[in-house]
Amino acid sequence: MSVGFWTSLLSGMILAGLPLLFASLGETISEQSGVLNIGLEGMMLVGAYAGFVAALYSHSPWVGIIAGIAGGMIMSAIMAVFCVRLGLDQIVVGIAILLVGEGLTSLLHGAQFGTSYPRLEGMMHIKIPLLSEIPVVGSSIFSQPLIFWIGIGMVLLVRWVLRSTNWGLNIRAAGEKPAALDAAGVDVTWTRTAAVLCTGALAGIGGAYMAIVGSGIFVPFMTNGLGFIAIVITMLARGRAWWALGGSFLFGICLQIGTSLQVAGINIPNDVIFMLPFLVVMVVLVIFARQAYLPASLCIPYKRGLK
Amino acid sequence: MSDSVNGEITAGAAEIPRETLEAATIPIKVAPRSKYKTGLAQVSRAILAIIVALIVGGIIILLLGRNPLLFYADIFRAGVLHNGWQDSVTRMAVLLLMGMGYVVAFRGGIWNIGGDGQFLLSAALIAGAGPALLSAIPMGWALIILSLIGIVVGGSWTVLPAYLRASYGLNEIVTSVMMSFIGVYLANILIKGLFRSEETTVPQTDVMPFDKLLPKIPGTIIPVSIFVALAAVLGMHYVMTRTSVGLRLTVMGANARAAMHAGLKVKRLIMGGFFASGAFIGLGAAMEILGVWGYMRADWNPKFGLTLFALVFLARLNALAVIPLTGFFAVLTIGGHTASRNAELPNDFMLLLMGLVLLFMTLAELISIGKAGRRALGRRIVQALRFGREP
Repeated sequence: MSVGFWTSLLSGMILAGLPLLFASLGETISEQSGVLNIGLEGMMLVGAYAGFVAALYSHSPWVGIIAGIAGGMIMSAIMAVFCVRLGLDQIVVGIAILLVGEGLTSLLHGAQFGTSYPRLEGMMHIKIPLLSEIPVVGSSIFSQPLIFWIGIGMVLLVRWVLRSTNWGLNIRAAGEKPAALDAAGVDVTWTRTAAVLCTGALAGIGGAYMAIVGSGIFVPFMTNGLGFIAIVITMLARGRAWWALGGSFLFGICLQIGTSLQVAGINIPNDVIFMLPFLVVMVVLVIFARQAYLPASLCIPYKRGLK
Repeated sequence: MSDSVNGEITAGAAEIPRETLEAATIPIKVAPRSKYKTGLAQVSRAILAIIVALIVGGIIILLLGRNPLLFYADIFRAGVLHNGWQDSVTRMAVLLLMGMGYVVAFRGGIWNIGGDGQFLLSAALIAGAGPALLSAIPMGWALIILSLIGIVVGGSWTVLPAYLRASYGLNEIVTSVMMSFIGVYLANILIKGLFRSEETTVPQTDVMPFDKLLPKIPGTIIPVSIFVALAAVLGMHYVMTRTSVGLRLTVMGANARAAMHAGLKVKRLIMGGFFASGAFIGLGAAMEILGVWGYMRADWNPKFGLTLFALVFLARLNALAVIPLTGFFAVLTIGGHTASRNAELPNDFMLLLMGLVLLFMTLAELISIGKAGRRALGRRIVQALRFGREP
């Protein structure tokens, strides 16, 4: 295996793993607060589309990322109103959001760009002096776009919020025993609403990253199951942000390894490459099936006075 | 309950004042809302959800700069008028069978979301094995064996998620979706590799001889697969409403723990219900390939899976109610294809529309809180449709 192979594997791992990281961090917050967000992929797609359009017209990736956050949050606001406020079933509404996200972005893209598929200019990379001179690691890990470092910072932030702040405690209480949180005088509905909106924002960043930094192009259905893989990572990470990071980059390798092997001159059919991450997910789930954990009150809407 | 209690009180209490007796009987007396009225309310809510979704979908089309009235008119023209209705009825066969796959799963509280993988993998194996089998043995036997292949493949693709759910309580939504993606790509690998026809440049399977496919209803282009589907619907309705298997599934769907305490073999029910779900979807694939196409292209994915999800919920998991809804949906998919092409839009309007239908359906159910219609639909589904858990 050549240097080229390892470089492309490492940088590809980060490229492919980052959207997973953002999405699974978002899903972590949501699941910890007791809301299972099956529509994650729909939020990512809307974030990707909004981010792509904004970046295309403003020529600024940051405007795009912010638009992606807004797009994801709008979709998650639907989830917040339907599932948290009105107490409707999270799975049904989640699938509705997935379908709306897929259909809406595909229609918008088709109507706006037809078959032209415009491309964004290469987005900025930040090279850390000295460190980026190291052979394999330097040109892969230490010359990533700034958003990579934002992702790492987000892991720390989510970990800190969930573990060490009052608000994080509220979120976890809302997921484990909402009645207790309510008795303590904290509004469960607002706690969950805020958590769901954070999820939308993070999923939106993940989607916008895919379109703006990852590929520089929006393609309908471009998330292609990543949202569901992020849910699996979250289930296995059990609310621990560092595990979400590890899991995301692990699956990032799975997503990337086929391309890297092609770089190294080994030819594998595309379908096998696409299938690989899902196969790995199933193998991991079979091995760690007992370890997967979901909060006690996940998927159960909270309504004061109802048992 | 009320009859026996009333009987006892009135029989053994001659000297109790009449008013006391009446007062005692009042709380027991519950006026049952007529089944007919409840059904009517449910139907009107379903129709309301569809209409609102169509309106909102139309507004979105308008915002995209297309004429929604023209769009819907195109759907109607291509899906119903001239010979469009024959295409729609043909499409209904596969939709009904897949719908039955969802009915049996959701009744048991099993979220089989991976229908697309089960469908495509079955279709690929049928299309791959079909040409050789049809030329080797008599047509009737070949068609039966191919259908069985579909049933077995579709069913066995659910075994792993079912086992993980039954043994470890692992959420089957995620596992069935993962298996679905694996199935979709595996189907492509098979068609581009093992089953690839040497006669075409586009990767696809060999084409089965047209006269050896499922026969058509005389005078139409509709294959007899629609009768298979209707028989499956009637059978499903019978099993769900009149047999102990159906009751056991419904009880498990209502409350898995209670089912376990009642002595039901929950593990076996989950495995069986999941398998039956995949089997119906595989049979649907068989009817689509053997009745309509006769071959399968690589990367073909009609994405019936998640869109049908909305319809089955709209039908409140009632097998018979799925029939008119799939009829409507078949017209939408057949006509939507033409309408999208005419409007120069991608053919994904159905995804959006079905997502909207799901959203508005849950809202419509919300409006009717506290009214009748509290049928034994299953705990998770009751939850789906009204506030919180039952008080």
